Amino acid sequence: MFTNYVLELIKEEKRVDNRALDELRPIKVEVGLIKKAEGSARVKLGDTEVMVGVKLDVGEPFPDTPDQGILITSAELSPVASPDFEPGPPGEDAIELARVVDRSIRESKAIELEKLCIEEGEKVWMVFVDIQVVNHRGNLIDASTLGAVAALLNAKIPKYEDGKIIRDEFKGKLPVVHQPVSVTVAKIGDKLFIDPYIDEEKVAEAMLTIGVREDNVICAMQKRGSTPLTFEEIEKALDIAIKKSKELRKHLK
Amino acid sequence: MRKSEEPLIINGKRLDGRKPNEIREIEMRVGVVSSANGSAYVRFGNTIVVASVYGPRILHPRHLQDLEKAVVNCRYTMVPFSVEDRARPGPDRRSIEISKVMRLALEPAIFVEDFPRTVIDIYVDVLQADGSTRVTSINAASLALADAGIPMRDLVVGLSGGKVDGILVLDLIGKEDNNCDADVPMAFMPNKNKITLLQMDGELTKDEVKKIIKMVMDAGKKVYEKQKEALLAKYKEVI
Repeated sequence: MFTNYVLELIKEEKRVDNRALDELRPIKVEVGLIKKAEGSARVKLGDTEVMVGVKLDVGEPFPDTPDQGILITSAELSPVASPDFEPGPPGEDAIELARVVDRSIRESKAIELEKLCIEEGEKVWMVFVDIQVVNHRGNLIDASTLGAVAALLNAKIPKYEDGKIIRDEFKGKLPVVHQPVSVTVAKIGDKLFIDPYIDEEKVAEAMLTIGVREDNVICAMQKRGSTPLTFEEIEKALDIAIKKSKELRKHLK
Repeated sequence: MRKSEEPLIINGKRLDGRKPNEIREIEMRVGVVSSANGSAYVRFGNTIVVASVYGPRILHPRHLQDLEKAVVNCRYTMVPFSVEDRARPGPDRRSIEISKVMRLALEPAIFVEDFPRTVIDIYVDVLQADGSTRVTSINAASLALADAGIPMRDLVVGLSGGKVDGILVLDLIGKEDNNCDADVPMAFMPNKNKITLLQMDGELTKDEVKKIIKMVMDAGKKVYEKQKEALLAKYKEVI
């Protein structure tokens, strides 16, 4: 069976697409393709493709942060992207994807939310980050984090006058001051590898997604899969993630 | 209907510089989603859609199966960032209706009777909406069906017509759609001269309706040529 083949290859430190264990697929990031969004990015990580749109709206702040803007991240695992995705409200995978991407952005303090206050306690900018998966060929989280940050860096704040948003005029750039990226390390047997392809993802025993800021601060982690990890494995994964995060970040401008 | 008083056609030119009977720049590519059996990316100006087709595959649960033919399932979605004010995810009444008319526009072209008990799933995501999204989606779906190798009687061409500032036009952009006298989304099988989708809202005389249908079917030939080019382009490297 094909899954056995994938497993056997990994044991020999080989992969279905001839990559090294620590090799990313080719990356392409394009920004500003969606003119209707305040910021947008398309990321291709090999075959995997995600489109991220950033929309801005004005709303009421949360009562505990009356002087801060709001970040809302959602993900849509569209049935366009995979025969395994069903139409309907987001399931646990879509929610996990959105939440892990959100965590890297939020916890790295990438957006200066305090600069998005219009009127304390009344009006703040709401930043909607919408992740639309176009082709699912593995490692959606890393592609989506990269896309989300690229789209945020590309985003502009519209003018706001007399209680109205003027969508085609801009006040300035969205204040994005950090560039978190995420690196997912997968485990099969005693082998650790990055950027799992879809077939590898299906047989991986465990995966650890690590969000890394440009100053190497770890800003998010999420362990996935049913097999436990040892301390040594986590240690190794952190080293890999920090090293590889730099390669990913090169694609952000 | 009309929301703004600004003119949409000035000295015979539309807001994007086109003549009334001119269609926008078209981009079509097939095989863009490797997870799908067939797929297509279609852009008409700033309207961008991506379609995937799965199947024919066995339909579950079994009581939904048709013993005579394949069931065609179509779903049209506007993604949240496709429009100016963020669209809430999930189907609304508009997208449910569009999904239905799209299915009926495409089904006549498919040899559904050859695939009993199966389902052909057609999913279309509108990534950016600037008018004529349903007909752009039909073009993408038609290409994705062909790309999936599903036997078809003909390709299905989608194109919209309408009346803007009293002038009959083709391929409406969003601003025209919102402020037009009438819009007429259409789909048809170009080699059979059979119309599979015809909707209209607004006000038109009988003659205007006839004229628009003729304009759409005539200009639709260009769209059909683009579809064929896109399908051939995929196999060019192989040949």
